[in-house]
Amino acid sequence: MTSVIEIDHLSTRFGEHWVHRDLNLEIQAGEVMALVGGSGSGKTTLLRQMIGLLQPSKGQIRLFGEPLFTGNAEQERNLRRRFGMLFQYGALYSAFTVFQNIAFPLRELGVVDEDLIHDLVMLKLSMVELLPRHAWLMPSELSGGMIKRVALARALSMEPELLLLDEPTAGLDPDRSESFVKLIRSLHRQLGLTVVLVTHDLDTLAGLATRVAVLAEQRILALGTIDDIMQVDHPFIRNFFCCDRAQRALQSRASEGVA
Amino acid sequence: MSGASLALDTDAEGRRWLRLSGTWRLMALAPQFEALAGELDRQAAQPGIGWDLQGIESLDSVGAMLLWRVWQRRYPEILQLPDRLEPVFERLYAAGKTPEAGPEAPRPYEWVATVGRLAIGLWRHVSDFVALIGQLVLDIAHLARVPGEIPWRETSANLYKSGVRAMPVTALVGFLIGIVLSYLSALQLKNFGADIFIVNILGMGIIRELGPVLVAVLVAGRSGSALTAQLGVMRVTEEIDALATMGVSRSLRLIFPKVAALAVAMPLLVLWTSAIALMGGMVSAQFQLDISYGYFIDTLPKVVPVANLYIASLKGVAFGMLVALVACHFGLRVRPNTESLSSNTTASVVSSITVVILVDALFAIATRSIGMPI
Ligand SMILES: Nc1ncnc2c1ncn2[C@@H]1O[C@H](COP(=O)(O)OP(=O)(O)OP(=O)(O)O)[C@@H](O)[C@H]1O
Ligand SMILES: [Mg+2]
Repeated sequence: MTSVIEIDHLSTRFGEHWVHRDLNLEIQAGEVMALVGGSGSGKTTLLRQMIGLLQPSKGQIRLFGEPLFTGNAEQERNLRRRFGMLFQYGALYSAFTVFQNIAFPLRELGVVDEDLIHDLVMLKLSMVELLPRHAWLMPSELSGGMIKRVALARALSMEPELLLLDEPTAGLDPDRSESFVKLIRSLHRQLGLTVVLVTHDLDTLAGLATRVAVLAEQRILALGTIDDIMQVDHPFIRNFFCCDRAQRALQSRASEGVA
Repeated sequence: MSGASLALDTDAEGRRWLRLSGTWRLMALAPQFEALAGELDRQAAQPGIGWDLQGIESLDSVGAMLLWRVWQRRYPEILQLPDRLEPVFERLYAAGKTPEAGPEAPRPYEWVATVGRLAIGLWRHVSDFVALIGQLVLDIAHLARVPGEIPWRETSANLYKSGVRAMPVTALVGFLIGIVLSYLSALQLKNFGADIFIVNILGMGIIRELGPVLVAVLVAGRSGSALTAQLGVMRVTEEIDALATMGVSRSLRLIFPKVAALAVAMPLLVLWTSAIALMGGMVSAQFQLDISYGYFIDTLPKVVPVANLYIASLKGVAFGMLVALVACHFGLRVRPNTESLSSNTTASVVSSITVVILVDALFAIATRSIGMPI
């Protein structure tokens, strides 16, 4: 197994405030790593660092085995084409229609056949359960959940090897989150995608994650399968996993039999 | 990662098979897309050809879509599809089932509609602008009755931002313009031996015309664009809606302070800039024509009637209010996307400069018999 992301003794500081201190994490190809942690614990920050949007104060990150921030523009461009990111607030291009948003990465990669682009965009829309007529709306005309789904469609349209999802199911109704989980799971199985996801939603976590990393106290507090994590005795983990709703979600997972 | 490849062979029963193998994914396909599509099309045209997809290592939806289109959106008759790839095609099949409505096709006589839309757009601009002024008048009436609600803090903040902070740049520009104007006039006046009229020219020109217009243009570019962008972003981020839900009147809290601040700041800036421009002119006149500072300062009030100062201040008030109103008008029209933000900011600056110059012409007509030297 090769590791897709290696985080090595990473520290992050905003002003006087340390968000991460000496954090280590390794994500293997083909796994679905869920990152959980309290609000403000630095999950989004960590995702941004993984893909080179933010330089850590200390430490190093290797993506697909290559170090970030080497200053080699060509290498960075190639790296950036291998992953897709779903931002917490969508980050759709507000001046483009939904269609253009999803087509954008394809055009960037040099697909010129307009018919093919059209078919692919429609496919991506149907994968995230949007209707073809939604393609002509502007981002400001979408509901919160629709923005999430368009953003996912855009992240998928690059056919990335690595998918980073920042709270993908926040703002979706339960039905949609379930089909989202199904979609990611089937993509993961077919394409061998590596997925890193941040979530507060236990159903999503239970349905998708092959490993869980708990981010607390400025470091990775615990790492392992859900069952491993639940053995760890720590106030945050107890609260996160061990109340009623958690038990319900995990039971339904057991009955479904996650692959 | 190996690229996508295909090979032809014939099996024992004499059937011809097209065997696909390798990685059929966007990154691998992108460089050889056209060639591959052409080749597949050619093969698909042959009757009775079999498709063997068992050698494909991984297939994403771009690769699948490529094949699906070659197959004309249905499974070919003879196909060997491994189970693991089936769901990929199932998604394509499902996507094809939802009926599609493209963007509206252009209708005949579209230009009639375009002209109509333009006219309506223009009408909206005018009516919105009038409504904005009306709302401002209502606000002023309201504040006159309830002086406790005057937004002093916002007004003073705006006064500082668009007035005090504009002083260095207006002074610099004014000084340079004064020098240039004085220099060019001096060259001509020397020919006629009319040196001492430099005071008249600079005095009337700068105080009555140039000062107000120059400041208005600078402020439109500096504060007008900033006001539009600020209001525009507040609309994009729904801050204006948030204010409204807290029962804060947007016109009272956002627009009135800006208009009031510029109405106060602008005449002061006009006086300040004109004074500095005259100083520039004075320096240049001393160099070029040997006109002493004392003479210049002494003569100025005699050749420029004081009414001109009043006209200049009045222009300042009018231009300031116009720049602020135009900026707010365009700021409130911003729709929540970046394109609209940038086009409205541009439109705001261009329109306010145009409006200022138009109104300046009106002033010139209305005040043609006032303040002229005898
Ligand atoms: N650009 C920034 N400048 C200063 N501080 C920042 C910046 N970005 C994030 N922070 C701080 O870093 C901490 C972690 O933020 P982050 O967005 O990573 O949290 P999070 O774990 O994603 O939380 P949530 O679950 O609420 O999204 C917060 O305390 C935040 O205030
Ligand atoms: Mg976050």
